[in-house]
Amino acid sequence: MSKTTTDDDTPKATDDQELGAAGSQLSTAPREDAPNLPSLGVIGWARWFWRQLTSMRVALLLLLLLSLGAIPGSLIPQTGIDETAVADFRERHDVLAPIYDKLGLFNVYSSVWFSAIYILLFVSLIGCIVPRTWQFVGQLRGRPPGAPRRLTRLPAHTTWRTEAEPEAVREAALALLKKRRFRAHAAGDAVAAEKGYLREVGNLLFHIALIVMLIAFGWGQLFKSEGNKLIVEGDGFANTLTQYDDFKSGNLFTNDDLVPFSFDVKEFTGTYERTGPNKGTPRTYQTEVTYAEGADGEEKTALIKVNEPLKIGDAKVYLVSHGYAPVVTVRDGKGEIVYQDAVPLLPLDSNVTSSGVVKVLDGYRNSEGKKEQLGFNAFFVPTFGGSATGTMLSQFPALDYPVLALSAYHGDLKADSGIPQSVYQMDKTKMKEFKDAEGELFKKLLMPGETMTLPDGAGSVTFEKDVKEWAGFQVVQESGEGWALGGAVAAIAGLAGSLFIQRRRVWVRAVRGDDGVTVVEMAGLGRSESAKVPEELGDLAGILYDQAPAPSDSTDTDTDPDTDTDPEAVPAEGAEK
Amino acid sequence: MTLAAATDLAAAANENLAEISNVLIYSAMAVYTLAFFAYIAEWSFGSRSKVARTASALTPKTAAQEKKAPAVTVNQAGGTAVLERPKVVVRAATGSRDVPDGPGAHGGDEKGDLYGRIAISLTVLAFLLAFGGVLTRALSVERAPWGNMYEFNITFSTTAVGVYLLLLALKKNVRWLGLFLTTSVLLDLGIAVTWLYTESDQLVPALHSYWLYIHVSTAILCGAVFYVGAVGVILYLFKDAYENKLASGGKPGSFATSVLERLPAAASLDKFSYRVNAAVFPLWTFTIIAGAIWAGDAWGRYWGWDPKEVWSFITWVAYACYLHARATAGWKGRKAAYLALLAFGCWLFNYYGVNIFVSGKHSYADVGLGALQSVGF
Ligand code: HEM
Repeated sequence: MSKTTTDDDTPKATDDQELGAAGSQLSTAPREDAPNLPSLGVIGWARWFWRQLTSMRVALLLLLLLSLGAIPGSLIPQTGIDETAVADFRERHDVLAPIYDKLGLFNVYSSVWFSAIYILLFVSLIGCIVPRTWQFVGQLRGRPPGAPRRLTRLPAHTTWRTEAEPEAVREAALALLKKRRFRAHAAGDAVAAEKGYLREVGNLLFHIALIVMLIAFGWGQLFKSEGNKLIVEGDGFANTLTQYDDFKSGNLFTNDDLVPFSFDVKEFTGTYERTGPNKGTPRTYQTEVTYAEGADGEEKTALIKVNEPLKIGDAKVYLVSHGYAPVVTVRDGKGEIVYQDAVPLLPLDSNVTSSGVVKVLDGYRNSEGKKEQLGFNAFFVPTFGGSATGTMLSQFPALDYPVLALSAYHGDLKADSGIPQSVYQMDKTKMKEFKDAEGELFKKLLMPGETMTLPDGAGSVTFEKDVKEWAGFQVVQESGEGWALGGAVAAIAGLAGSLFIQRRRVWVRAVRGDDGVTVVEMAGLGRSESAKVPEELGDLAGILYDQAPAPSDSTDTDTDPDTDTDPEAVPAEGAEK
Repeated sequence: MTLAAATDLAAAANENLAEISNVLIYSAMAVYTLAFFAYIAEWSFGSRSKVARTASALTPKTAAQEKKAPAVTVNQAGGTAVLERPKVVVRAATGSRDVPDGPGAHGGDEKGDLYGRIAISLTVLAFLLAFGGVLTRALSVERAPWGNMYEFNITFSTTAVGVYLLLLALKKNVRWLGLFLTTSVLLDLGIAVTWLYTESDQLVPALHSYWLYIHVSTAILCGAVFYVGAVGVILYLFKDAYENKLASGGKPGSFATSVLERLPAAASLDKFSYRVNAAVFPLWTFTIIAGAIWAGDAWGRYWGWDPKEVWSFITWVAYACYLHARATAGWKGRKAAYLALLAFGCWLFNYYGVNIFVSGKHSYADVGLGALQSVGF
């Protein structure tokens, strides 16, 4: 029962050269050759460049660059994310902004230099995967390399002497290793075995999955469409381009790609925290809709919530915003209704103080019977603080004490000037103010049901009791999502295989020593120094030892007992650290 | 129509439970402080002579010693037929030093060891208290306790200590982590109760999703494990510098000697942090993907380069760099270690920096009504 305890070599002795072929190809990582300059010629240069690009070192640098390059986009406002923040920034920094513009810093993730980094990275990745795959296939076809000359030089090894015949030991070893699902074969006086190929499979799968994800992402961007639509309760929407308030799409999207469907908004419901420090914080937002697929599909009802879009074919309908739409009736001097509609107003703060415009474009004649247009600036609060506060700031987002403030104008809204107009703003250049008794702009606070009479018999405006709500929807159509998700799942699986599976080799050599007794040597080699390799080796050695035990009378290999080494100072004892 | 009749569906947060939670967190801090002092006591014992082993392993041997040491020592068990398995000899990897691990914080001293055990018991107690604190917080708000930075912080430190205790229970050699961990846990809880404290409250609609539970819980777990890995990396850098100095014949100060001799060898620390970081990297990948799926449901796009997304991505790429560096000649060792620290720095910035300094859709994590803007409301 020999117990080898120390092996006093300098660690440097185990270099890769000594392992020779045995240590090679335990992974398919590209060889690191020193960046020597190529001999002349275009092809020489191209080859050199390609080798550099696909080296691990350059891949590493490109990865570093990618993470560095992503930083500015998180600190500088981006046009793709927050247009107004960018405009704001431009206003405040008239020196920096043009420089940023030149560098593409307002649009980092689609800028030339950022694209260059990731495209180079992915070219490098492909240039790395393809040869690695071939190499790996070659390794699978071949056999594990034979045992190195000196097994005691390997990171984990063990040895003992036995009475069993060397051939018997090798046979037993081969059987044992095969039973343990090693790929094993006898080569000369030793058995060579290898296991853990799934590590390489996982690693390749991971890197390929990265490419799949990138392509899916790019594909999605090209064919993506995204439109917004604000809908008041009771109104409807059909999915055609003209119905959208605004619409964006990828370069390869065509209008025929829009999924045909329509839906009506029945009711929006929002609830808010009533008490405590977070008073006013939204608790639920949901919209009840009825929808139909295709031109004349059957009608179904659905509930759209913030995290739960309605999915119709490839399209998803998200609830993204909400606000109030007071119903306003405008009558002319004769008492005839010239306008009656719910006017969607845009929220200004978290308590939904809202503003907007009421525009009466046609049908109105003034007291002199002349055609004119009317415009009202509208402020609305769902919960009024009381006239004592003197402000039109809402105190709470729910409709507890709604008040509408209107100021009145008449004249020409310039609606047919050809320039598209915002429905939330009024062009006042050709508008005149209605004046009150003091000669000031005519304005009033109205409670639901109240009417204000315009001066000089110009008519009246009624704030109807029924305040409607509106919901803003985003309709997104994206393809390639399935591929992206599939790639992501494959990436994680591959990564787990790559990081948790050990690829390792085991050699068992059994030869007859000078004295005629069989000497068994076993050694293990892993790609990274893992505790598992020696553990497993010990395990295998134990089993093999039971089949080929030491001679019971062996007293021959005695040694110098006066070793003074402190037992605790044995080099690299204990694999588990 | 909601009108004034809109009912307040949200259940009122149970203030009693919230109160209990606060008491538990403060008690946990008190016990962590006691544990901290016990760890200090552990470190204070142990004499220098007992721990100065790295030097003997690294300093060049005299010719006389060289002669005496045999190339191979084979011990014989007496002629009995005891079947003893052959012993596996392990040697250090190519190019690394053959240095034994230190004996641990107690420096081989019995009294020190006793204090160390007391410290661990106290850590277990504090962990249970903190765990109770997190749990009652969760019960008081009737949801997972990850709605704001205060909750995130208390969960984070509890998880980090949980990882440490789990490794201990698995008989891994990690006792040396104790002092560093309790110190930073105290810091983390201190920040939580002084600056980040938020009254217990429910979630805004955008956070109502089971992906929240998946995404945020794995994010916290990853952070805790990355943190343990980062402590390993820092200690590796110190120990490596120390070993380098000894190997080149230098004489480190007595304090450095006393502290660093107790720690595992640089190679072991390096391996430890690699394993820890590599083990969570797939989970971090999953965390980002889960976040993307959640964003797809909540905001209509699964990836939109929001600051939080950007920094998760940067963190991911930085850890990928570290893993690559370990497999790249010329980048192993200290360079890779710096990359690991950089990667953890990215993680930290993603948490504190982005939440506090950068505004984006994820701004719900801090106090207040940021969430309103966050979903466009
Ligand atoms: C998108 C960029 C990339 C990411 C996120 C990435 C990620 C990873 C990860 C996490 C590992 C596992 C490391 C380990 O085994 O410890 C790995 C291994 C590897 N990567 Fe990449 N990689 C990327 C690009 C590349 C590129 C461009 C190359 C080609 C030069 C490459 C070559 C390798 C190789 C050869 C390995 C195996 C290392 C070994 O087995 O020792 N990777 N990669």
